[in-house]
Amino acid sequence: MPHEPGVRLMQGNEACAEGALAAGLDFFAGYPITPSTEVAEFLAERLPRTGGTFIQMEDEIASMAAVVGASLAGARAMTATSGPGFSLKQENLGFAALVEAPCVVVNVQRQGPSTGLPTSPSQGDIMQARWGTHGDHPAVVLAPWSVHECFDLTVTAFNLAERLRIPVILLTDEVIGHMREKVTLPDPSSIRRESRPRIPPRTPGALPYEDRHSDVPPMAVFGDGNRAHVTGLLHDRRGYPIGPGPEAAALIRRLQAKVDARRSELAMVHGEMLDDAEVVVVAVGCVARSALRAVRLARQEGIAAGFLRPITVWPFPEERLARLAEEVRGFVVPEMNLGQLVYEVERAVRGRAAVRAYSRVDGNLITPEEVLGALREVARP
Amino acid sequence: MSRLEVRLSGEGGQGIILGGIILAEAAAVYGGLNAVQTQSYGPESRGGASRCEVVLSREEIDYPKVILPEVVLVMNREACVRYAHQVRPGGTVVVDSTFVDAVPETPGRVYRVPITRLAREHFGRDIVANIIALGVLAGLTGLVDRTSLEQAVANRVPPATREANLKALDVGYRAVAELLSAAASDS
Repeated sequence: MPHEPGVRLMQGNEACAEGALAAGLDFFAGYPITPSTEVAEFLAERLPRTGGTFIQMEDEIASMAAVVGASLAGARAMTATSGPGFSLKQENLGFAALVEAPCVVVNVQRQGPSTGLPTSPSQGDIMQARWGTHGDHPAVVLAPWSVHECFDLTVTAFNLAERLRIPVILLTDEVIGHMREKVTLPDPSSIRRESRPRIPPRTPGALPYEDRHSDVPPMAVFGDGNRAHVTGLLHDRRGYPIGPGPEAAALIRRLQAKVDARRSELAMVHGEMLDDAEVVVVAVGCVARSALRAVRLARQEGIAAGFLRPITVWPFPEERLARLAEEVRGFVVPEMNLGQLVYEVERAVRGRAAVRAYSRVDGNLITPEEVLGALREVARP
Repeated sequence: MSRLEVRLSGEGGQGIILGGIILAEAAAVYGGLNAVQTQSYGPESRGGASRCEVVLSREEIDYPKVILPEVVLVMNREACVRYAHQVRPGGTVVVDSTFVDAVPETPGRVYRVPITRLAREHFGRDIVANIIALGVLAGLTGLVDRTSLEQAVANRVPPATREANLKALDVGYRAVAELLSAAASDS
């Protein structure tokens, strides 16, 4: 049962769940945790009515395992969690990346480390979303800044996960997840759904990881009557374990290249007032809301301020930053952690402009005044 | 309307957050405005401090939280101490005088309304106090029109309680009318 199009006041978590349904979600497994619980709560009610399956598992490790299993059986699968649960999901996230099981993992960030401040926002998982699971692996991480974008980017996350056969992370935060905002939901029939490449049922001799024709091999979905073998060991085209050597390296490189080769398409940004900007605020998620207001206030003071929001946190839009670094005096990077996004900005800027970090970790959203203060310092040193 | 900020405060169990949701819904879905509603609460579901913020605007809303509100509701003593003074000069501070006697110095105009007592008198229970409070806020400030607010209340509350809640809204509006006529006859 698709959603009713039209104007609604909706919570970010609810919009995320609606987006998942609109994207064709078949399977959700999760373990409730603040501030992500509403995603599961909403889907527990709605998903079974669409013919899908909702399972509350015994913990987050099992939830992620169930999601990978469902994906291997052909389902469009998702889980949702927050920091402590995201930590627990890391091992199976890596497994999903290696066995190329498309899935979506929602992380509504709260202040950590550990149990931290359960009802307070944070952006402490920016690096974990990229590097949380061990070993080299592809990562696509999308960070909505509004309730409407929670809907849209959840759809995008499913489409990218399916098309590239990768786990995609929707990285939101307590502010965006719990905030209610006016949204205009699109007509469900207007939403484009992409599906994974798939070996036709009962294809004699088909190999489950045949990558000679495409960097995204067609999937041998369990139950289709094809030979499938799935293992967390590095594997050959049959899915059978292999030892060290060129075949191992080729697999690791191909997995990473699925994202790298599409970097320009994947690395989405939202810019405002950049044409004549001398100082640019780079911010994601909830903090970007404060940042845009700060940029508008700075403009009223005569500061040539600009706004750049990576919609895609990973792969980081470094080419866009690198080009801007040639044109501007400096960057301000406000974030609700002790400095994570700023490392990527510095890496892209390579010393060609000033980079000023601004951190807040008390569990409260950075205010526009705070960002404005940092903007003034960079604009008028 | 350019940006207008509202803060509702009290304790868990007083319906503070639902009140904010209904206000935002009235503005966004029925009143044609943009609206953002956020909340802050402790891990307890009852008794802990509860705060709900609503930002309304004809324009796009960037920063979703309250900076300095025009309209403040305080439903208990603790909220009064914390939030009654955080208001724009000349703004509106509505105090539930059932629980709050002394109001600290504030740049806003203070309106004392026995919101919870009205709930008890008219309905025999505290639970509709939040809806009465919405009627008081809207009646005093006109931040959303009455029709939109009635539609939002009717849409959000359980069907069996719809009539009682609409009546509670009316109790709030009438309390404002009495307050204003009393103030007019005083002067």
